[in-house]
Amino acid sequence: MQDLLRRYGPGLTLIMGLMVAFWLLMLVIIPNMTLFEQSFRPYLPVREVGGPNDTYSLDNYLKVFDGTIERSFLGFTFQIPVHVLTFWLTIWYSMVVTVICFFMAYPLAYYMAKIVNPRSLPTLILLLFIPLWVSEVLRAFAWWIILAFRGPLNWLLLNLGLIEDPIRWTNMGYTGVVIGLIYTYVLFMLFPIYNAIQSLDTNQIEAAEDLGAPWWKIHWRIVLPHSKPGIAAGSVMVFMLSAGSLLVPSILGSTTSQWFTQTINQWFNDALDWNTASAYAFLLLLLCTLFVSLAMWVFRVKLSDIAK
Amino acid sequence: MHRFRQNLAHLYMVLFLVFLLAPLVVMSGAAFNDSKLPSIVPWRGFTTTWFSQMVQDQRMMLAFVNTLWVAVAVAVISVVVGTASAILINSISGKVRTVLYGLMISTILIPGVVIGISTMILWTRMGNALGTEFFLFNPGLHLSVLGQVSYIAAMVMLLVLARLQSFDADLEEAALDLGASHTQVMRRILLPHLYPAVGAGAAVAFFQSIENFNVTQFTRGGADTLTVYVFSQVRSGITPTINALAFLLICVTLVLALVYEINRRRRARIQAEREAEARRAEEAMLL
Amino acid sequence: MNFRGTSQTMSAGIDLENVCCDFGTFRAVDNANVSIRPGEFFSFLGPSGCGKTTILRMVSGFIEPTQGVIRIGGEDVRGKRPNQRPTALIFQNLALFPLMPIWENITFGLEVRGVDKASRRKRAEELLQLVDLPGAAEKMVSQLSGGQKQRVAIARALAVEPQVMLLDEPLSALDLKLRQHMRAELRAIQQRTGVTFIYITHDQGEALAMSDRVGVMSQGRIQQIADPREIYNNPVNGFVASFVGENNIFKGEVQQAADGMASFSTPHGTFRARLGDLGGRDGKLYVRPEHTVISVAAEAENSVPVTITDVSFEGNFITVHATGDSGIHLTAEIRNDGSATMPDRGTRAYMAFDPARAAILPDANVRG
Repeated sequence: MQDLLRRYGPGLTLIMGLMVAFWLLMLVIIPNMTLFEQSFRPYLPVREVGGPNDTYSLDNYLKVFDGTIERSFLGFTFQIPVHVLTFWLTIWYSMVVTVICFFMAYPLAYYMAKIVNPRSLPTLILLLFIPLWVSEVLRAFAWWIILAFRGPLNWLLLNLGLIEDPIRWTNMGYTGVVIGLIYTYVLFMLFPIYNAIQSLDTNQIEAAEDLGAPWWKIHWRIVLPHSKPGIAAGSVMVFMLSAGSLLVPSILGSTTSQWFTQTINQWFNDALDWNTASAYAFLLLLLCTLFVSLAMWVFRVKLSDIAK
Repeated sequence: MHRFRQNLAHLYMVLFLVFLLAPLVVMSGAAFNDSKLPSIVPWRGFTTTWFSQMVQDQRMMLAFVNTLWVAVAVAVISVVVGTASAILINSISGKVRTVLYGLMISTILIPGVVIGISTMILWTRMGNALGTEFFLFNPGLHLSVLGQVSYIAAMVMLLVLARLQSFDADLEEAALDLGASHTQVMRRILLPHLYPAVGAGAAVAFFQSIENFNVTQFTRGGADTLTVYVFSQVRSGITPTINALAFLLICVTLVLALVYEINRRRRARIQAEREAEARRAEEAMLL
Repeated sequence: MNFRGTSQTMSAGIDLENVCCDFGTFRAVDNANVSIRPGEFFSFLGPSGCGKTTILRMVSGFIEPTQGVIRIGGEDVRGKRPNQRPTALIFQNLALFPLMPIWENITFGLEVRGVDKASRRKRAEELLQLVDLPGAAEKMVSQLSGGQKQRVAIARALAVEPQVMLLDEPLSALDLKLRQHMRAELRAIQQRTGVTFIYITHDQGEALAMSDRVGVMSQGRIQQIADPREIYNNPVNGFVASFVGENNIFKGEVQQAADGMASFSTPHGTFRARLGDLGGRDGKLYVRPEHTVISVAAEAENSVPVTITDVSFEGNFITVHATGDSGIHLTAEIRNDGSATMPDRGTRAYMAFDPARAAILPDANVRG
């Protein structure tokens, strides 16, 4: 604070402080507190808001347990509330997306950091960035075209003789959603890992090679441990973006794939029940935060490592 | 063996690029296919009808204009707030810094759905509490702007903060010592150093805003942006006019990327020339 | 005292009266008293962390002293911000503005005072003439060599017509050869402009070569203030003697003192030397290698029998290392006049010194 005043004087310090306050208070903290408060209130007609029926309760949260469906898993058949199932599947498939993104991104990140000719690296990065600049909705739309029943993918596979009949990609549970999410977010895995590997001294790899380590051991003992913060950052980003995505599941989802954000959207925009939507949104925020904290604790990385 | 692995790596890179870029090619190709459904198979002949239909699509054009307005507003506010935050974070330390920084970073991880709903609820409830019909408190794209700023500002902050790491604080002292006021130091010394990051931040903010869906979906009221419009079209039956639009957007992106790359190379060359001149001067002095 | 037809450029003296500066519990500067004359080239010399930079930053106004008074031109400057003081600071890394061309760099101080562009441009050319860099106005900082940047930094500081220039080790980033070249240049500019220079360095050669007077510092305290000759020839304590040159050092006790001379008994023999101001503390005997001579026979006094252990040829002089019979390590330097012979290793000889060239001095002046 002292340093701030000395460097920029009282006037500028005040202006900058006000801006930070506006951002963090008006756009982040107070809205989230309002959301939290709202989530405990019942959904009432406008004239009853603030009336005797407007009391705090957990009713909105308990709606998660309404309406069970039957499911079987490993031979067990059991009843599970549909929203709980949706939530669980959202988390599960977000993890699947994260893991696949890692296995796709890691080799390329290593390639970019240590193998490719440094002169062609800027061009490569530029090419990789192009999809990032194209809107997410258009990227999802592109896969909607590709995965269509009479679309290019089936056409290609048929002509290559790999399949006999066209496949209904967007009607195979979460397949379309997972493909779309991977395509949309794999770059958020790639760049943090690339940054991490890039900071690894190449001499370490060469020293290990010189000492006779096979390639997989070099990765396992040297490159992977060094790139851990990048992997953690990329995983957190991909997981949060996937779990929070609404576009991709809506465009590429099948009749049997429901994403938790879609449930929230239905409460908010179709049922117009903002209070229950708040409760569900808060659940999403809370459980995702818990999940990410747990993951960061397991991998021993800090939030500040992620922001690079 | 080593050579083989290297070739395998090159091959992987090519496959990855195909995976990333093929969908964009397919989408662009469909813009020229004379077929009611957006696809490249079966190919029914080359046409540019979808471009002329796109221009006549009033709703899409309106959504497009809305998107630009929102993006410009988000970019401006995010750049101002993000830059101020970065400068502030950079010159404080200790617990306050940790807390503020953590708070700022966490906004990037908050799901857009949560941001959208919370922004909507706060401002409409404030409107109800104040009993006003003032537009700020009604659903609409201005709330989308505020919601988007809440996390895009953090991205700008990170970019500017990274640039601040390479700033030599002695320059500020030197300017103060030469008689500059704090405002003059900011305007003449610090901000010029930050401009590249501020520019990059503005670009990131602009594009992030254009592609935002979640926040907009929950705050927009009845107004459309491009993402919301495309989304509604995908659900309710679609024509290749959207492909035409996508093709144009990809072209604009490519041109901008090229301009950026050429500019970067030019700067690198100028810098290298200057350093060479400095070395020559050094040698000349020692002779 | 005017330069190049400019109206004023008066130089001011600087007085530090009982100045202390604390950082938390650490006392960076302890009770500094010094009076720097107008137009003087004054150096603070000391190892890093001795407090010399803190003094400079207090004079420039970036730090306020915890105690004591600083006067510039007789005026108490407490509470005055850096931009309100008639001083100009040259930073260790020069702190040239990388995004401005040279001429804007030089006249930045005028720009912020609202001087119009045409006058600034003209002034920039004059100053570039002064520092011998004509034609560099439009260049960028990254186009200049280290020495040229140095000159731009000086020109930029001179542009605001300061009465005092404060230089914080500005030559430390340069190559040895360039550094020696710039010493002469700095001195010349100082004499041309007549501005008071306060120069901070840890390089004793720099301080001795350029300064009118030198203040040697250690652990926050000023040890000695004197002209370079005096500092080197008559250091007041062991710290000053060791910091500004090499020494052969004998531990021992003062026996008899008279007329400023004393005999000093050590395990290696009893020697006669000048007696410094011990202030009641123990002393050691210091004698410089170039005042130590080698002879085949024992001298009348101050003579130590030795065996030559190593001889190194340094170009302009020859360094002879030897071990005394009682185990002490001694060094002698012989000027290479072209005919000097180098003694062989293992030779038995005597090392001796003139009592007038040796001094019994206390250790450094530090807080106990």
